[in-house]
Amino acid sequence: MEIRNEWRGFKGVKWLDEVNVRDFIQNNYTPYDGDESFLTGPTEATNILWGKLQKLQKAEREKGGVLDMETEIVSSMTAYGPGYIDPETKDLEKVVGLQTDKPLKRAFMPYGGIKMAEQACTTYGYQPSEKLHEIFTKYCKTHNDGVFDAYTDEMKRVRHNHILTGLPDTYGRGRIVGDYRRVALYGIDFLIEQKEIDKYNCGKRQMSEDIIRLREEISMQIKALKEMKKMADIYGYDISQPAKNAREAVQWLYFGYLAAIKTQNGAAMSVGRVSTFLDIYITRDLQEGTLTEQEAQELIDHLVLKFRMVKFARIPAYNEVFSGDPVWATLEVAGIGQDGRHQVTKNCYRFLHTLENMGPSPEPNLTVLYSPRLPETFKRYAAWISVKTSSVQYENDEVMRPIWGDDYSICCCVSATQTGKEMQFFGARANMAKTLLYAINGGVDAKTREQCGPKFRPITSEYLTWEELEPRFRDMLEWLADVYVNTLNLIHYMHDKYFYEAAEMALIDTDVRRTFATGIAGFSHVIDSICAVKYAKVKIIRDETGFNVDYVTEGDYPRYGNDDDRADEVALWVLKTFLAKIKRHHTYRNAEPTTSILTITSNVVYGKYTGNLPDGRRAGAPLSPGANPSYGAEKNGLLASLNSVAKIPYEYALDGISNTQTIAPSTLGRTDEERANTLVGVMDGYFSKGAHHLNVNVFGVDKLLDAMEHPEKPEYANFTIRVSGYAVKFIDLTREQQEDVIARSAHEFL
Amino acid sequence: MEQQELRVHSFESFGSVDGPGIRFIVFLQGCQMRCAYCHNPDTWNQHGGEIWTPAAILDRAERYRSYWGEKGGITVSGGEALLQASAVAALFEQAHMRGINTCLDSSGFRLPPANTEEANATGKLADDIERLLSVTDMVLLDIKHIDPVRHKALTGQDNAGIIALARRLSELGIRTWIRHVLVPGYTDDETSLRALNSFLRTLENIERIEILPYHTMGIYKWQKLGIPYRLEGVEPPTHHAVLEAERILHEGVVFLSSNNP
Repeated sequence: MEIRNEWRGFKGVKWLDEVNVRDFIQNNYTPYDGDESFLTGPTEATNILWGKLQKLQKAEREKGGVLDMETEIVSSMTAYGPGYIDPETKDLEKVVGLQTDKPLKRAFMPYGGIKMAEQACTTYGYQPSEKLHEIFTKYCKTHNDGVFDAYTDEMKRVRHNHILTGLPDTYGRGRIVGDYRRVALYGIDFLIEQKEIDKYNCGKRQMSEDIIRLREEISMQIKALKEMKKMADIYGYDISQPAKNAREAVQWLYFGYLAAIKTQNGAAMSVGRVSTFLDIYITRDLQEGTLTEQEAQELIDHLVLKFRMVKFARIPAYNEVFSGDPVWATLEVAGIGQDGRHQVTKNCYRFLHTLENMGPSPEPNLTVLYSPRLPETFKRYAAWISVKTSSVQYENDEVMRPIWGDDYSICCCVSATQTGKEMQFFGARANMAKTLLYAINGGVDAKTREQCGPKFRPITSEYLTWEELEPRFRDMLEWLADVYVNTLNLIHYMHDKYFYEAAEMALIDTDVRRTFATGIAGFSHVIDSICAVKYAKVKIIRDETGFNVDYVTEGDYPRYGNDDDRADEVALWVLKTFLAKIKRHHTYRNAEPTTSILTITSNVVYGKYTGNLPDGRRAGAPLSPGANPSYGAEKNGLLASLNSVAKIPYEYALDGISNTQTIAPSTLGRTDEERANTLVGVMDGYFSKGAHHLNVNVFGVDKLLDAMEHPEKPEYANFTIRVSGYAVKFIDLTREQQEDVIARSAHEFL
Repeated sequence: MEQQELRVHSFESFGSVDGPGIRFIVFLQGCQMRCAYCHNPDTWNQHGGEIWTPAAILDRAERYRSYWGEKGGITVSGGEALLQASAVAALFEQAHMRGINTCLDSSGFRLPPANTEEANATGKLADDIERLLSVTDMVLLDIKHIDPVRHKALTGQDNAGIIALARRLSELGIRTWIRHVLVPGYTDDETSLRALNSFLRTLENIERIEILPYHTMGIYKWQKLGIPYRLEGVEPPTHHAVLEAERILHEGVVFLSSNNP
C-alpha cells in the first residue's frame, strides 16, 4: 500500500488499511527513560490565555457557578459559529473550538430530558425558550420522558427512597470514550468509508430488531462524522484527511472530542489515552525540525486549557450527587505495553507539567496508569506533581492490562474500557448500607417508613445475630439486584432510543462490546456492621412502634481498614455475594455485568437518607466514600488501611475500587523531594499488592479549614483536591461536602 | 525465652520520617526519663503494654514489606527500647535472618546507667546493649541536652550514659541520625547549641542532624493521665529559630555520605 504523505516516516502495516490505532502506537512510539529536565515553562501566549480563563472562572464563581447559558439554540456540532477564549487573542490559541459561541457558556441540551434542561436554566436565572419547550414536549420526545413512561411503581419507589440514586435517567449517561485519535490518524473520510462497509455488511436478509437498530445507529454515526467535518470547517479546518503534523493531530483529535461534548452531556465525558499517541507526531516534528520543545509544550498546554473549559448545564439534584461541576475529562498517561516496554513518553511528562505551567486543576482528570515497573524517574515526577498539586490519580496498570490490554482508556472516574472497542452502560450505585437496614426491618425504609423493599420478616430478637441476619440480607440483596438491573436495562434502552451518542460511537468499532456498570455505596459500613454482629454483641433499640431504629454494640470487633483478615474477609463476602446476584440477570444488549466500589461525592447525599447502622454510624451522617474504610475505623496507620483495600480483588469489581487518601506533608517527609520518594514507595507497595486505584491528596487539615472560611483568598482559587473518583476545586464544593472532606481528612494520617 | 518477649505500646504501619524509606514502627512500652515535653507519656509505665514475641511482630511487619523498597524496614521506638535491649536484640537478629533492615530509635537512657562505668573502663557497653548494637543497622539518637545539669532538670535523669552511647556508636561506625528537640527557653539558647555542636564534631558516624520543633499535640495525653504539664504556656519555636539552630548544630560536623536526600 502506498504510504500517504501524512504518514511519512511511520512504521507498521496493519494500521494502514484498517482502523487500528493501537497497532500504530506500538509500531511508532518512543519510550522515554529520562527525567523532567527537558520540560519548558509556559509561553507568553499560554500565560495570556490562562490569565483570561482564570478571570472568566472567577466571574463564573461570583455569578453563583454559571457564567452564561444558552436558552434559544439546541446544541449540536454546527449550532454555532466559531468561538474563542477571547476573539481579540484568537490567534494565540493553538487549539481552537468551544462548545458554544462563548467561553464557559453552557449549551442547551434537551435530549436527555427537556424538564431538566429547563430547570437548569431557571435555577441560574435564565428563561428557557417557549418555542423549544413546545417542540420538545409536543413533537419530540426525550430520554427522561421515555424512562418515566416505562418505569414500574417499584422502580419509582426505590428511586424515591434513595436506595438507587444518581441514575442516568435525567441526563446523559456518558462513560463512552470515542477513539478521538482516529480523527487525527485517518481523517474523517476514511472513517466514513469504513462505517459504510460495516453498514453494507450489517444484517443482509435478517431484519431482526437488533439488526434494524444497529443499521439505524450506523447511519446516525455516518451522519455525525459528516457533521464533524462541517464543525471543523466553521473553524477553517478540513479534517477529511489525516493530520499532517503535531499541531493538526492535536487539533483533529480535539475536534473529535468537541463533537462529543457539543452533542452529549454525559456525567463523564472522558478524553482517553491520547498522550503517547500524540507524542509520535510531536517526536516526528521535532526530528523534522518543524517544532521546538517549547512549541510542543504550548500545544499540550492549550489542549489542556480546552479541557479545563468543558461545562454542562446541570440541575441542583445532579450537583448534589456530583458536586463541584465535574465533567470527567479523564486523560491517561504512562502504562506498560503487552510487549513489556513501558509507554511513558515525553508527552506524559508534558501533560503532568501542565499542572505546573498553569497551576493545579481538577480537569482534565489526569490519571497515571501506574506500575512499579514504570521508570523511577517518571514515578518520582508524577509523585512530585501530586505533592505539589493533589490533582492526579493513580490506577494500577498491572491489574487492568490483563483484562483490558494495553490500549484501554478510563471512561469516567476509574473504570477502564478498551479504547475504540468498548462502551459502558453507566449504572450509578445502589446503597448497600440501606439494604442491610431493609434486611433488619423487613423492607421498610428507616427514613420514610415506607414499605419499599419486599415485605420479608423483620428481626424481632433482642440482639442481632448473624444467623438471623445473613439469610435476610441475602434475600434483600437478591431483590436489590433484581430491581437494580431491571431499572438499568430500561434506562439504557431509552437512552439508546432517544439520546444515542452518534458522535462518540462513530469513533468506536461497530461491533462494540458493552459492560454493565453497577455500583455499591456504603461498603465499609456494611462490613463493619456485619463484623459488629459477628464479633461483638449488638443490641437492637426499638421505638414505640417496635421499629428497629438504633443499635448498641457491646464489646470490640474487627473493622475494615486495619489489615485485619477477619474484617477484610467480610468485605470480600459482601462484594462477591452482590456481584453473583447481579450476574444472574439478563442485561440489556447482553452487556457484561460488572460492579464498582466508588461513590463520587454521592456518599454525602446517600448518607442523608440512611438510618443508624450497627457499626455506630449515625443516621444522616455521610457514608464513607468509595472503598475507603469508615471514618475513624483505621487504627494502624496508612499502610494497614491500604492493605485492607488492596485485598479486594479487582476481578470482582472491574468497574473500579476507589480509594482516596489524604496525607499531611509532614507525614510523608521533610522536603518535597523526600515526600515524592515516600509516595513512590507507598504506591509501589500498594499496587504490587494488587490494589486498583489511589487518589492522593497531600495537605494538612489547616489548609482545608482556612479555605472553607476564606474562599476569597487568591491562593485557594485553584486549590484542587481529589475526592472519590475525580478532582474538584475545594471552594466549589458545598459547605456540607467541605465539612465531610475535613472530617475525613482529620481522621486520616496527619 | 521469656525475656525475648517484648512489651509493645502500639504499631504504626507507615513511618516515613523515622529512619530511611518507609518503615514499620514498633513503639515499646516503658521509659525511665520524664521529659517535660514528652508527647507520649502513656508509654512511661514499664508494666503496661501488650506482650509480643519477635516472630509475631515480624510477621505483622512483613505485611508491609512491599512498601519498604530498598531503604525501608523496621524501626523500634519507645518508650525507651534500651529497657528491653535483650528482647530487641532478639527481634533484630530475627529481622536480619529475614533480610529486614533494622533501626533503633532511642534516647539512650536506662537505669542503672550501666553503660557509663563499664564504657569508661573497657570501651564497651553492657552486654545486652552490645548485642543489640551488633544487629542494628542504624540509630536515631535523641540528645535532649548536652549540659548534664540542665539535662537532669529537663528529663529527670543524667545524660552521661547517653553521651557514652553516642561515642560507642561512633566507634562501631553505626550510621546515626542525631535528633534534638528545640524547646524555647529550655534547649534553644546558643551556648547549649554550640556545646552540643562541639560534641557532635567529635563523632564520625553522623548521617543527619534533625531539629524537631517542640509541639503541643501531646498535651491532651498528660491531661488524660492526670499528670501536671510543666511546659504550660511554652509556644513552639519559630521557623527562623529552627533554621538558626539547624545551622549551628551542623557547623563543622563531618557527615557520612548518604544515599538519602
